[in-house]
Amino acid sequence: MSTPENAPLTPVLTRRWLSPQSWRLETYEKLEGYTAVRKALSASPEQVIQLVKDAGLRGRGGAGFPAGVKWGFMPTGDDKPHYLVINADEGEPGTCKDIPLMMADPHALLEGCIIAAYAMRSHHCFIYIRGEALHPMRRLYAAVREAKQAGYLGHDILGSGFDLEITVHAGAGAYICGEETALLDSLEGRRGQPRLKPPFPAASGLYAAPTTVNNVETIATVPSVINGGSEWFRAMGSEKSPGPKIYSISGHVERPGQYEAPLGTTLRELLELCGGMKDGIPLKFWTPGGSSTPLFTADHLDVPLDFEGAAEAGSMLGTTAVQVFNETVSVPWAAMKWTQFYEHESCGKCTPCREGTFWLAQVLERMVDGRGSEQDIDTLLDVCDNIGGRSFCALGDAAVSPIQSGIKYFRDEFLALCESNRPAQGDGAAESRDPVSQGSDSQAAQPVGAQA
Amino acid sequence: MSSGTPNDDTPSTATRFGEDTVADARELIGRYPQSRSALLPLLHLVQSVEGHVSQEGMAFCAEQLGLSEAEVAAVATFYTMYKRKPCGEHLVSVCTNTLCAAMGGDAIYKRLQQHLGSDGAPLGHEEVAGTPGESGSLMLEHAECLAACDLAPVLQVNYEYFDNQTEAGAVELVDALRRGDKPHPTRGAPLSDFKTVERQLAGLLPEDDDEFWTDVDGPSQAVETMRGAQLAADRSWTAPAAPEDVPLPEVEAK
Repeated sequence: MSTPENAPLTPVLTRRWLSPQSWRLETYEKLEGYTAVRKALSASPEQVIQLVKDAGLRGRGGAGFPAGVKWGFMPTGDDKPHYLVINADEGEPGTCKDIPLMMADPHALLEGCIIAAYAMRSHHCFIYIRGEALHPMRRLYAAVREAKQAGYLGHDILGSGFDLEITVHAGAGAYICGEETALLDSLEGRRGQPRLKPPFPAASGLYAAPTTVNNVETIATVPSVINGGSEWFRAMGSEKSPGPKIYSISGHVERPGQYEAPLGTTLRELLELCGGMKDGIPLKFWTPGGSSTPLFTADHLDVPLDFEGAAEAGSMLGTTAVQVFNETVSVPWAAMKWTQFYEHESCGKCTPCREGTFWLAQVLERMVDGRGSEQDIDTLLDVCDNIGGRSFCALGDAAVSPIQSGIKYFRDEFLALCESNRPAQGDGAAESRDPVSQGSDSQAAQPVGAQA
Repeated sequence: MSSGTPNDDTPSTATRFGEDTVADARELIGRYPQSRSALLPLLHLVQSVEGHVSQEGMAFCAEQLGLSEAEVAAVATFYTMYKRKPCGEHLVSVCTNTLCAAMGGDAIYKRLQQHLGSDGAPLGHEEVAGTPGESGSLMLEHAECLAACDLAPVLQVNYEYFDNQTEAGAVELVDALRRGDKPHPTRGAPLSDFKTVERQLAGLLPEDDDEFWTDVDGPSQAVETMRGAQLAADRSWTAPAAPEDVPLPEVEAK
């Protein structure tokens, strides 16, 4: 038995998930639901922002920007409408926390929306949810309907004089819309392409009005912060990365699932919680927070998974989507699959990303097909250098992460795919290699993965 | 100038889509401060009527929103959920992103391609088995990460989750769909069809209360989803107790 001070799991967001029909208002209200909003509405917007700043709540969508600071960027005393937009476009490969959260506890998100909107003087909130997330979307519609009937939404909420409408809006299948300015363009009825920053959304966001975009998990945490206070929140996690976080563990482990633990938990600890590697087959590589975060290996089992710890070890915390791969999975194959994903999802707006991901995918397909050369490794790294830091938005940086980290830790595997390392199959075999891989057969490149 | 404006000798696309669709479009447009924001919902709406986004569907959206057809086409072609050719009664989406692929997703997709193909040719991405418009027809596609990685490998039918799939199980599933059966998803509402869910994605949920709540209350509490919470409950692990009545910090009101 652990005392609450050192419990390895700290259910805050997930504490209602075991309740029958946890998504219903009745359940939510029985379990402290809509108590924080009363408290927040009786305070001033500035007090709410200050508390969120004091708590050190950082964005849970990947970037980790302090939520209270972001809210503080919203102007006061202007006459434009303010908008709160919830980024529920969960699509980062490996990430699967917001969708179960919205299914299990949609009212926690709505309560957070009301509090955040109040703090930022917004009267219209949009929840931009990924189109493929149909069932969570239904739960949101139901929650909005229930909340409206109960007086938590609409005109003069709980007699406070504060008005708020929430509009649920389904996307239509585009990973890039998880980038906040692409999301805003999409919400305005356009192709989802990122905008040049500055101006940042707080100055000019949705319909060129002051806007804040926050992730689902961030906003769903807000009611707990309001009720528990900053000291309580900071009792979990580390000084710079306080609070609990949902770690989504997937892949070759015995018991994959959603595990809410204090920030700073290590993979070694998470593996203990989820029963270790599946069938005892050793770990080869893993992502700390989605495919956009550089790979880690078995040497990184003790890296504290918080924003600082992951960065110091050469990766990023991202969305804490911990994808675990065992020894049977080829790293170049995994890099190829992820690269094909980024190529498909590149919005086409900027040249480095549009052209770069296209070529990266072809080179990797050729290598996985056994027709690579040592030079291809240099070509890959060179192309990566011309995308990372040079693209319009973070998708370009993300696209090069699996390749750069894959080559850094597993260069031998890339070399092993090269033709020069293969037994000679007769004269002239090398000459048939097409340097621009026009003959690349993507079918042939597919069945690699778990060869076991 | 909008090219979707009707003239005397061609029927208005609004007529083609019917008064009900126009009324639906008006309702959706009314939810937004600026009408163009309703374009994605309207494209879902026309897809719910026709089973795909046709040229007429795009013209309808353009007309409702005062946009050019080119502006609508630019948007419709950007997003993968808008199908440019008739989809079939169901849409089967197999996740083949890296993690699902390594856990068996690639093999499932390949098996379904073979199984649903004809004359020895595998069924391609976004190709239909059967005849669109007829019961049991279905479009197959490989999908990017469907955000259910702890339940890998996954597939969706009309965006309802079928978790922890196997090759054999997936074949059984599509065979059932081809027969006109509607197996229950692991997580989601009772299976309907592509057009029905597209209407929901447009933002138009069932008006009938029973139907609405039956859909909403469809299962979601997968073992994997609740594993951490369950383990904590079993071991009596909790977050630190929250103190009562913590005041909010005092700050100067602006």
